[in-house]
Amino acid sequence: MVKFVELHKQITIMEEMLFYDRMQFAFTITFHYLFPQLTMGLSLIIVYFKWKYLKTKDEQYNHATHFWMKIFALNFAMGVVTGIPMEFQFGTNWAKFSELTGGIIGQTLAMEGMFSFFLESSFLGLFLFGEKLLGHKWHFVTGLLIMIGSWASGFLIIATHSWMQNPVGYEILENGKFVLNNFQALFLNPWLWPSYLHNQAASLVTSSFVVAGIGAFYILSNKNVSFGKLFLKTGVIFGLISSVIVAVPTGDLAAKNVVKYQPVTFAAMEGIFHTEKKGSEIVLIGQPDVKDKKLDNKIAVPNILSFLTYGNWDQEIKGLDQFEEDLHPTNISGLYYAYHIMVGLGTVFIGLMVLSLFQLIRGKLFETKWLLWSLMFMMPFPYIANTTGWYTAELGRQPWLVYNLMRTAAGASPTVSSGNTLFTLLGFIGLYLLLGMLFLLLVGKIINKGPHHVELSTEKI
Amino acid sequence: MEFFWYVVLMGILAVYLVLDGYDFGAGIIHLFFADTEKDKKAITNAIGPFWDANEVWLIAAGGVLFFAFPTLYASSFSGFYLPLIMILWLLIFRAIGLEMRGQIHNHMWESIWDKAFGIASLLLALFFGIALGNIVRGVNLGMVQNGVSTQEPHFFFLPLWNPTFSPQANELGIIDWFTLFLGIVSVVALTIHGANWIIYKTNSALNPKLKNVVFRLNFVLLVLVFISLGIWHFIEPKPFHNFVENPVLWFFPLMTFVGIAGLFKVRSFKKDGQGFIFSTLFLVGGFASTAVSIFPNVLPSTNNINPSLTIYNTAAHEYGLNAGLSWFFIALFLVIIYFIIQYRVFSGKMDDVGYGEH
Repeated sequence: MVKFVELHKQITIMEEMLFYDRMQFAFTITFHYLFPQLTMGLSLIIVYFKWKYLKTKDEQYNHATHFWMKIFALNFAMGVVTGIPMEFQFGTNWAKFSELTGGIIGQTLAMEGMFSFFLESSFLGLFLFGEKLLGHKWHFVTGLLIMIGSWASGFLIIATHSWMQNPVGYEILENGKFVLNNFQALFLNPWLWPSYLHNQAASLVTSSFVVAGIGAFYILSNKNVSFGKLFLKTGVIFGLISSVIVAVPTGDLAAKNVVKYQPVTFAAMEGIFHTEKKGSEIVLIGQPDVKDKKLDNKIAVPNILSFLTYGNWDQEIKGLDQFEEDLHPTNISGLYYAYHIMVGLGTVFIGLMVLSLFQLIRGKLFETKWLLWSLMFMMPFPYIANTTGWYTAELGRQPWLVYNLMRTAAGASPTVSSGNTLFTLLGFIGLYLLLGMLFLLLVGKIINKGPHHVELSTEKI
Repeated sequence: MEFFWYVVLMGILAVYLVLDGYDFGAGIIHLFFADTEKDKKAITNAIGPFWDANEVWLIAAGGVLFFAFPTLYASSFSGFYLPLIMILWLLIFRAIGLEMRGQIHNHMWESIWDKAFGIASLLLALFFGIALGNIVRGVNLGMVQNGVSTQEPHFFFLPLWNPTFSPQANELGIIDWFTLFLGIVSVVALTIHGANWIIYKTNSALNPKLKNVVFRLNFVLLVLVFISLGIWHFIEPKPFHNFVENPVLWFFPLMTFVGIAGLFKVRSFKKDGQGFIFSTLFLVGGFASTAVSIFPNVLPSTNNINPSLTIYNTAAHEYGLNAGLSWFFIALFLVIIYFIIQYRVFSGKMDDVGYGEH
């Protein structure tokens, strides 16, 4: 009995350690990814504005470039300072995971540092301050290089992520270490390309909605109206293209990967507790009741899910009942909601952008007040959709760190106590709260000042 | 192959030390010696376009450590948990200090961020010196208590300090008198280095004063280096065995002393960049000598039960290390090109660049 109590105590302590390790990673990565999701997509739009300027020599495009560069620079700086803790945390909080898999995931992470960060950090200064010195053509090129750097960074991170979701090119030694035996396989991972393109399109959704939303704000507040129109038009066109690509083909392909490689995750995402022999319904709304294995207040359409997944209305899809309970994702409700929020918002984005484009083509978008208000208030939602999309991927992988091979509980640092992790978690919360407030203050200042007043200190260099 | 990646890692760390070292130094100068608004501007201009790219060398070092020596990365990052996270916080404070200052023109706003930048730089210089001290001194690998390992042989955890502050106590802490001493050496050396960078990159009115600061601190540094040689014996029983076996390695300690010797002539240099070259020699020489002194150990064990971590028992598997070569040389080539472009464009004096007012 005494032994049992001791054991129970040990387990509780372990669980608490794991809980704070996971909370800290979740908090810092969620906050971090608010910034790169804007900068990756926005870099493309900035390059587009600069390219238009080179073609048309219309000063408005160059002013637009400058305005978005300022927003970009601020977001980029936030992304950098909150990104460094991510690389460190693999070692500080997930030491066992790093030790056993570092030979593989360290590879792609080291490549990110060497290929992306050097490129971005070297050219950002030139891009921000060097327009006069470089001339417009080379200024465009530096912008392009920064875009390539940030997209490469996303690629290498998702290559790392894909290996954890669907490990390839490895063997496991007797001492439990994962070693690489096929370098190319890391980049030919079937999980990688759909996820990468899905993520980049989603990043472009965020940036397009921000560009369009600021445009709508300028028109509605009757300030910088000509810029407002340009931003709105650009944002709507980029926004519609990217919202569609997020769903088809990339989202579709990514979901099919989940069906193929993580069927239990798919069942939890869709809220399928019981296998339906004659084809699965698609759940639109409903609250999972994990204890009684059912959905409350369900609204669902029969057979659609089977069709979307297999192109066959009657195909059976495995429900959670087909899998042993210790293989189930640990947070089924969270996973279900994350996925449904993402998909629901994605649908709203397409609808709103189709309407906006329709009005744009009719020449009435700038007068359609309710649509402008909608676009302006829609700005935060792509951030939510991106975040819940990542929660779907990460909660879906649980209880594994490396899918089917290494449990999350086995990856945490063995020597760091929960008290120390809670201490640093609280520190990060406080520090990021400060960063977030400063960010909002400064971004508000830039938007309030507007594009006409953009002055880059270019003359002096 | 392990040795190759060890040299790469040490090379990247040395570059980081030299480059971000001058940023830390500039921050310390900013904190203690810059009185007027013009002085402060000169200092932030001198590091403005560079500090961010300099910091990337730390990330690159982390990446190479992670993939080439995963066991060392896992062991040291979890063992030195608290100071590492604090270094992250300080790096964030330094960054926002530099970036926020010019955003709003208000005296209070500016002085808050000036202090954030200066104090963060000072503490970073101190912490990196303490970190070096911890690696030289070693740690209780496997957390041995009463002759029994309580953890796997390569894991450990250190609190920030223990009440005795002794590097030889049974329970070690991150900060003891030895590591603190190296922290102070680091602060002094980087202050000199930062001052040299400011002298090199600006025409500020501060420069004559800074030359005096370098001259005086150089005496302090020389004394500190001699003391550290003395106590080194106390910590590491055979500090010179690698030098004795490979006399060519005496080059590094020699480099260190050439650096210090050269800096005594700081007031009569013909070119403003000369001081920076000598402080670079000192830093690289000192860093390399330390690494050589404990080689092939990278984290010594302070108990007799678990072996020290070396480059051989912490390295990744052969295939991965070889695969790394395929991209590393391409990346290095590109990095050198970026570096040349960046320093070409921002060559010469930086007083009038107007950094932080965008």
